Amino acid sequence: MADLEIPVLTTSVEKMVNWARRSSIWPVTFGLACCAIEMMAMSAGRYDVARFGAEVFRGSPRQSDLMIVAGRLSRKMAPVLRRIYDQMPEPKYVISMGACASVGGVFDNYAIVQGVDQVVPVDVFVPGCPPRPESLIYGIVQLQRKIDHAKLYS
Amino acid sequence: MFELLEKHLPAGSFEPVASLDGMPTVYVPREQLVATMRTLRDTPELRYAFLADITAVDFIPREPRYEVVYLMASLGSGGAFGDAAKRLRVKVRVPGTDPSVPTLTNLWKAADWAERELWDMFGIRVDGHADLRRILMPEDWEGHPGRRDYPVQIKEPVKVYEPLQVSEEEFVANIQASRDRSKR
Repeated sequence: MADLEIPVLTTSVEKMVNWARRSSIWPVTFGLACCAIEMMAMSAGRYDVARFGAEVFRGSPRQSDLMIVAGRLSRKMAPVLRRIYDQMPEPKYVISMGACASVGGVFDNYAIVQGVDQVVPVDVFVPGCPPRPESLIYGIVQLQRKIDHAKLYS
Repeated sequence: MFELLEKHLPAGSFEPVASLDGMPTVYVPREQLVATMRTLRDTPELRYAFLADITAVDFIPREPRYEVVYLMASLGSGGAFGDAAKRLRVKVRVPGTDPSVPTLTNLWKAADWAERELWDMFGIRVDGHADLRRILMPEDWEGHPGRRDYPVQIKEPVKVYEPLQVSEEEFVANIQASRDRSKR
């Protein structure tokens, strides 16, 4: 029994950490408008984002990794969004979902923030009005790729 | 319809006008607004007990510039209309030089937020309102977006406030204060 195979894989810390981070992205339960309906559809059974490990919507920003800005952000809401973002622990990611969150969409007026990148740093923009659940899942997969290529030590 | 109003309201206190949608519409002078509304609400034959909404229209550059619109409903509990519910649109002309209307919060509690919206969106002061603050826009907002001469597509930086930072002493004091409040 000397040649017993020991179940060991070798990898780098960076790869393992990135794998762990991308495999369970927990989004914060945060919807602003109609895009949030598509976000819910994405997390529900039919589209099932659990396949990509991002289905655990947390009610507290303290337990979340990802903020999906789903919908138009009014100027009055901007400080609130920023506060929720500030309350999330590092590492944290932001997906700007839909036309309104990304560039203001049809709401080119005084009340709506013309792009949430003025308020929080955005990792992935998902186009659409609203984006279909598949689009948002694609956005999450893009975010996973981004996390996968992150350098821990540079 | 208007005969009933003529019967109960003093002559000259309202002026019927034609409306495109067929909804009975009257103009009321600003000075007589509160008295007229009280009559509309309290007269058993009219019983316009429900103030549905308050809004305004900006007719710049016409003078008087604004028209404040009060949408009333009589829920039709008997009275002269039988059981049929009736609506009434009451308009008040407001000059641009002195944009103000008297408050109706003494007649309807529901007028409170609607009048705050009137102030917020059109900058029409509501005299006698106990708590005339902005309701939709941020409290430090400048201008009144409902006005026709408001630059709708303004570009200005988004205001994001710094996270609230309290020292340990302040934190303890806050908790102590809330405990004291709950004991009372």
